[in-house]
This record gives sequence, structure tokens and C-alpha cells, in this order.
Amino acid sequence: MKNSNYISTSSEWTFELIERYDQEIGKIAKEFQLDTYPNQIEIISSEQMMDAYASAGMPLGYHHWSYGKQFINVEQSYRRGQMGLAYEIVINSNPCIAYLMEENSMTMQALVIAHASYGHNSFFKGNYMFRSWTDADSIIDYLLFSKNYIAECEQRYGVSQVEELLDSCHALMNYGVDRYRRPYPISAAEEANRQKEREALLQQQVNELWRTIPESEKNSNYQEEPLFPSEPQENLLYFIEKNAPLLEPWQREIVRIVRKTAQYFYPQRQTQVMNEGWATYWHYTLLNTLYDRGLVNDGFMLEFLQSHSGVIMQPGFDTPYYNGINPYALGFAMMSDIRRISESPTDEDRHWFPELAGKDWLENLHAAMRDFKDESFILQYLSPKLMRDFKLFSLVDDDKDSELEISAIHDESGYQSLREAMGNQYNLQNREPNIQVYNANIRGDRSLTLHHIRHERKPLDESADEVLKHVHRLWGFPVKLISVEPQNDSVCPIPLQEFHCPKLELAQ
Amino acid sequence: MNYVIDRRLNGKQKSLVNRQRFLERYRKQIKQSVEKAVGDRSITDINKGEKISIPRKDTDEPVFRHGKGGFQEQVLPGNKEFISGDRFKRPEGGAGQGSGPGQASNSGEGMDDFVFEISQSEFLDFMFEDLELPNLVKRHLMGDVEYKTHRAGVADVGNPGQINIVRSMRSASARRMALGGKDRRRLRALEAELQQLMLAPVPDSERQQQLEDEIQHLKGRLKRIPWLDDFDIKYNLHVKQPVPRSQAVMFCLMDVSGSMTQGIKDIAKRFFILLYLFLQRNYEHTDVVFIRHHTSAKEVDEQEFFYSRETGGTIVSSALKLMQEIVDKRYPPAQWNIYGAQASDGDNWNDDSSNCSRILANGLLEKVQHFSYIEITEQDHQSLWHEYQQIQGQFNDVFSMQNIRTAADIYPVFRELFQRKLGQENMGAAS
Repeated sequence: MKNSNYISTSSEWTFELIERYDQEIGKIAKEFQLDTYPNQIEIISSEQMMDAYASAGMPLGYHHWSYGKQFINVEQSYRRGQMGLAYEIVINSNPCIAYLMEENSMTMQALVIAHASYGHNSFFKGNYMFRSWTDADSIIDYLLFSKNYIAECEQRYGVSQVEELLDSCHALMNYGVDRYRRPYPISAAEEANRQKEREALLQQQVNELWRTIPESEKNSNYQEEPLFPSEPQENLLYFIEKNAPLLEPWQREIVRIVRKTAQYFYPQRQTQVMNEGWATYWHYTLLNTLYDRGLVNDGFMLEFLQSHSGVIMQPGFDTPYYNGINPYALGFAMMSDIRRISESPTDEDRHWFPELAGKDWLENLHAAMRDFKDESFILQYLSPKLMRDFKLFSLVDDDKDSELEISAIHDESGYQSLREAMGNQYNLQNREPNIQVYNANIRGDRSLTLHHIRHERKPLDESADEVLKHVHRLWGFPVKLISVEPQNDSVCPIPLQEFHCPKLELAQ
Repeated sequence: MNYVIDRRLNGKQKSLVNRQRFLERYRKQIKQSVEKAVGDRSITDINKGEKISIPRKDTDEPVFRHGKGGFQEQVLPGNKEFISGDRFKRPEGGAGQGSGPGQASNSGEGMDDFVFEISQSEFLDFMFEDLELPNLVKRHLMGDVEYKTHRAGVADVGNPGQINIVRSMRSASARRMALGGKDRRRLRALEAELQQLMLAPVPDSERQQQLEDEIQHLKGRLKRIPWLDDFDIKYNLHVKQPVPRSQAVMFCLMDVSGSMTQGIKDIAKRFFILLYLFLQRNYEHTDVVFIRHHTSAKEVDEQEFFYSRETGGTIVSSALKLMQEIVDKRYPPAQWNIYGAQASDGDNWNDDSSNCSRILANGLLEKVQHFSYIEITEQDHQSLWHEYQQIQGQFNDVFSMQNIRTAADIYPVFRELFQRKLGQENMGAAS
């Protein structure tokens, strides 16, 4: 009987079965050339899943009230049944840690293993963003170091002091990232030793910078005064860590910890569609292959497909369920589309994707996974067929225009601009205001000037006032934020919005 | 190599610290919610957790964001009837369809409150925060004494299970050193001499033989020193010490005469429950004695105390007398922390009020830790209130009185009665 081939027929899972599924899925994954870190599959309860959730999936993190808020939030909506917990959380580390919830059925466990332990895992190992910005080998060590370091600071300087500092750092977390430079790899065990050296050195540099011994009279002429930093800097936390005049060495170290954590999450924010699409595509393919080989039965497949189709559902913009474009749906569709174009291209596909059509699909797919992030992935691979399938259209809201306009829809004349608009939507620059350190007045009142370079004339939200208070706390001297249009260096920028902290008392 | 690990037994309360940090941060708002809740609650569920809501704006963590305006282009799925170039009015309010649900869902939710629940014990913590039981807490030994074993150094006797190995070995080694010291010194001297003798140009074999014999003899003696002797063995000494238990008894005195309506009783009951919960948190053991009275007083159980109906006149002193009797009989003040709470609508037989104050002043108040009187009335005070006011002047550290008009007053009044007093120590020293 064929029956004897099934790995399991009931929905109860056991550790033996999980290992068995892992082996079988791993075998198939190898055939599809999925290169992964070793897997560490951990079974946890739903409470533990909530814990993991609240700490952004980090297996260990320092203590902060905002994680408590997050936890309360998750717990609350879970209890009320407003939200199911994610079936899995996977951590970009080596070995790659995936959490499975004990409440899941066997089918769901297999799905999660395929999705997380082979899909996400191979993405973490293969994608260029992760390869160049994160260090899977040492992340757990670093998290441990930071947790201990911050706990030690709390003991020494008091919880509230540390908390205030973390609040401020968190407000600037998205601006603690080097976008164009590879940070040198974090070395794990030496971190604690190096920290001491760094502390002394840093303080020394800062002291040098703020030396009050007058150098020469000439410098008092402000027109000749050079800007500091000489080039605008986009990594605010880095700038603060290195240059803020009043921070204690331990405070600089905490700024650094937040910065490093932000850097670790930076690739994830930019590869959501790809990462989820890739993992979804592979759990779909791997489990279907299991079925084709007679290892799982129809019941397994039905449960799997039901869950899978829920994951990749894309409601239209006018339905009550609409909550933006579903990265799982878009990613899965695009990954499947690359295979379709490679295997059975239409004339349209040949025209749009000459480099894909008719080539080896697996190679095409791996290349797409390796060398792109969301923005460029969409610009490169979003096909006219998909635009039609999703019935995409683009809407322009221009404050110079009294009306909204549909600028493009899924038709011949719209494909190109629709694809560009879609790519832009995933451009981080587009989503987050571009804020840079423009000048620190090191010879005068030590005030700090930040510039917001406007993107498509978008102003800054009023929340900037609050954030500026945090910058002020870190910097220790007056802080000013000016919103300007992008322009040449030679032209004096015209401030369109200004934020001050502390507030200017006299309006001039 | 892949691993499957069972982590279910690991701690699940990893987020507990973070949760407490959060509660700490929003302590003020939570306390407000709790205070409001105590007023609104019915009697039976005063002892439960509570839903707390904090304006979401307060809990927000600010980040730099784009504001409204400028040029915004957005791609949306699910087109039905639009074609390129379609134009339409900008919908009001921002969150409508088409004007950018993507943006709106990020910032548009900001108006809701952040709602969450705190547990029963957290609720009570907030409820009784900053409150303090007046006067020092008596800790006394009760009849059925509880013992706790303490370590009390080491002893020479004990059972084998309690051998203290380190101490035993230390004393054995000390004994060996002491017993063998003289021999060892002699041994060293002899060995040195022997050494010299061997190096000497003219061997003196007789002397050598003599030395070797003596060395042999000394080594034998040293060897016979027992390595471990009976009296080396030390035992861990554990002694049982009686644990003082703090215990309190709470007397609930209530007027059940005709003038007390169910509404007034309800208020009284809530007050009693608050007091009971508060005592429970401070003492390991709390007894409650219910005394109700009209013209005569009677000790009853809880059910009867709150729900049975009685009518008749009112003689308050009868209850106080009964309380005094019960205290004398069952609750010696040396062993018990005694709290009294009396609720009434203020009615009393006119001549009786002076009796009441006499009973309190001449004896009862000396025995209790605290006695509180609450008068539940919206009308003018009668003679009882005025009598008690005089007592308050004399015994203001153990006696307090408050007027409650509506259920909403209960908690504020309770807080006022037990507010932590900063000058407490000075008063205690003076009395």
C-alpha cells in the first residue's frame, strides 16, 4: 500500500516526527540548491511566543518599558482573539533559530520548518543585504553582551537614567544606520574587552574636540569657519556617539549598542517582500514536492493549502480588510512569476524579460534572491502580468493640485511608470524623512543643526518636536532642525520648517 | 547538523521586567484608573484585576515622520473602474478610501486609548499604595507556634547527615599538626644531620645507624597519629526558632436599626471590605468579627451581618460593650493587632452617645491599634458625631472618623484615613 510511505497521518506532532520532516524537507531543499545555516528548531509555548514577539524576535534583549508595552499589546489582542500569533519566528543567526509553537498541528509545524528553517534561513545566508550588513555568527553573543552591559549600567547609574537614555536612542534608531558603508564585523567574545579601550579612547577624542584653549584669533571670523562635520552625516547616532560633548563613556556605549541593534534590523526592513516571498515560495514548493513523492497525504495538503491561501491573500484597496500591499502575496507572486517566465514565457515576457525567458528557472530565482532588495527587486521583476493580476493602479496626491489623479493603471501605457511607482514605495528614502547632521557649532554655543532634505516636497510631521527633545537630551546643547529643499551646496538653504529644542523664547 | 530543542520548560515570563517597567512609567495614569474603578465597582468584584486605559498619545514613542502634503504617489491593488487620468475630489478627513490608507493606518489610529489589564495583585498594589496602617505592628507568638530552622554554627554532636566536612577536615588537620609538631621538628633536625653525615669525608656508620633508627621510630609515631578522630567531626547545628506571626483581628460594627437602608449597608460593606483587604495585605493572619446592633448587640456571621433585616431603635454603646467583651475574652491585646471599624448613619439614643465615648475613652481605645468611625449620611450630624469629635481630639493617633455621603466617597475617605503620615514617628515618641 502507498499508505506506508506517509511520514505521518495524524495532526499530532512528536519530536521524532519533527525530526523526520526536517530531514525530508532538508533533502528536497538541497535538491533545489537552498544553502542554509544549520537549523536550530525550538519548540515553545504560546506565552513564550508572546515574549519573543514583544522583543522583536530577539532571543535575549535588554530591559526597556517599550518592550513591556509591546508585550501588553500582544497579550491583550491575543487574549481577545483579535490576533492569532505568528506560527513562527526566525532569527538571523548561525545556527538559524526558528521557534515553533507547541499548539501547532503537525502540518503547520512542517509548514513552518519549510518556511523558516529553509526559506528564511537560505535568504539570510544568500541575500547581499544580509551578507554585507549583519553577522549571523556573532549576533547572539552581541545581544548577550549588550543585555549584560545595560543591566550593569542600570545597577551603577540607576534604572531611570538608563531608561531615559534608551528612550532617546530609540527615537533615533532609524537614524543609527550606515547605509553606504559596511560596518566592520562585530567580533563576539572580544566585545567586552574592546569596550573598555574604546571608552577611554572615545572620551579622549571628544575632549580633544571640545578643547577650550583658544587656537588663534582668526577663527573668530564666522564666515571662514568650516562646518563640522565637513560633510553632512546621515548616521545621527554614530555622530552623537562620537561627538556629543557631555555624554559619559558608558552612555556612549549604550548609544552604540542601540546603533548596532538598528544596523542588525536594517536589512530586514528593506527586504520584507523578498524575504517573505522567498520563504513562502519555498514552503509551497517544498511541501508540494513532499506530496508528489507520496510522503504526505491529502489531508495534510488540504490543511496546508488552506493556511497557505490565507497567507497570500491580497484584499483590494476598497475592502475593509485592506491593510496595504501584503508582502507575502506580492513576494510569492513575483517569485512564482520568475519561474513561469523562465519556463513558459509568453511573447510579452520575452519582450520585457529577455534575460529570464527560457533560461534555467532555479538559477534565475537564486540570482533574484541574492542580488536585490525590495526596491530594486520590484523595479527589475514586476511583470505586466502581475500588475494585471493584482489590478494595480497608482494614485497621485499632490498638494499643489486640488484633486487626486489616477496616474497609471495596469495597461500598456502604465506598466513602466506603475512599476517605478511601486519600486519607489519600497524605497526607504521615500518612507522615512532624510535627516542629516549639518553642523555642530564647536567653537560657539555648541549648538547642533540638523537638516531635513525634503523628498518630493513632503514636510516633516509635528512629531519632530518630540524627537528633537530626545536629540537635545543626547547632545546636551541647543538643537535645531531645518527642513529644506534639496539644492546645491553653494546656495544658502531656505528653511521651510524649523524646529528648536529648547524652544526659542522670543519670536524674531 | 540540525537540532530540535524543547524550550517549553524554560521561563515564560521573560517580559515580566519589561511589563513592570511599563507599569512603573505610567503609574500616575494607572492610579487614576484604579481610583475611578474602586468607586464604580460593585462589592463582589472589588478584588479583581482592572482594565486600564491610557491615552495612546502618551505611550507613543516619537520618530521622525513625513507629514501630510507634498507629492505623494501610491500604488494600490484591486482596481475596478479607474483608468489613467481619472480625477476626483480629495476626500475629507484623510483616512477615507483612496487618500492613502497606507499613510493613514500608520498615523490615523493615534486617537484610541492604549487599553490593557492589570492583575488582581497589581490592582491591589495600586489601590493601597502610599497607605499605611497606623501604629506599630505587634508581632506575637500564637498558640500554635510555627518554627523555622536556622543555621546556628557548628557543634560537636549531631547526626551523620549533618557532618560539616570542611570544618571536620580542618579540625582534623589542626589536630594532626598539633600532635605531630614536636616529632616532625625533631625529624627534620635528624634528617639534616644525617644528610651532613653522609656528605662528610669520614663516614660514621654507628652514628648513621643510630640516626636512621630514630628517624624510623619518629616516622612510625607520626604515622600512628589518626588521620580523622572522633572528636574532629563537626556537625552543622540547626536550631528551631519560633517565628513570630503577625495577626490582626478586625471588628466590624454596624448599626442595623430601621433607619439603615440597604443602600447605606452597601456602602458600609464596601468600606469594610476595603479595610479587610488592606489588613490582609499587612498581616499573615486576619480574623474578622462581625457585630451588629440595634438596641442590643450580637455577634453574627458575615451573611447575617450584611443581609438580615432588623428593625428597632438604636443603642450604639451595646456594640462597643460587646466588642470590649470579645476583646477581653478572645483577643488579648498583647497578642493581637486589633482594628475596629464602625459604620452607622449617625442615629443613636440620645443619652447613649456619652456612654459610647466613655467606653471608647476608658479602655477600648487603649487596646486597639486603630478605630475608625464612618458615618454614612447626607444629613446633619447628630449627637454621636459630636461626642466622637471630642474623642478624636484626645486620641487622634488611634481614632479617626469620616463622613461618607455617596459610594464614590468610600475610596477617598479610606485613603484619607490611612494616608501615610510623615510625622508618625514623632507622635509615637511623644505618647
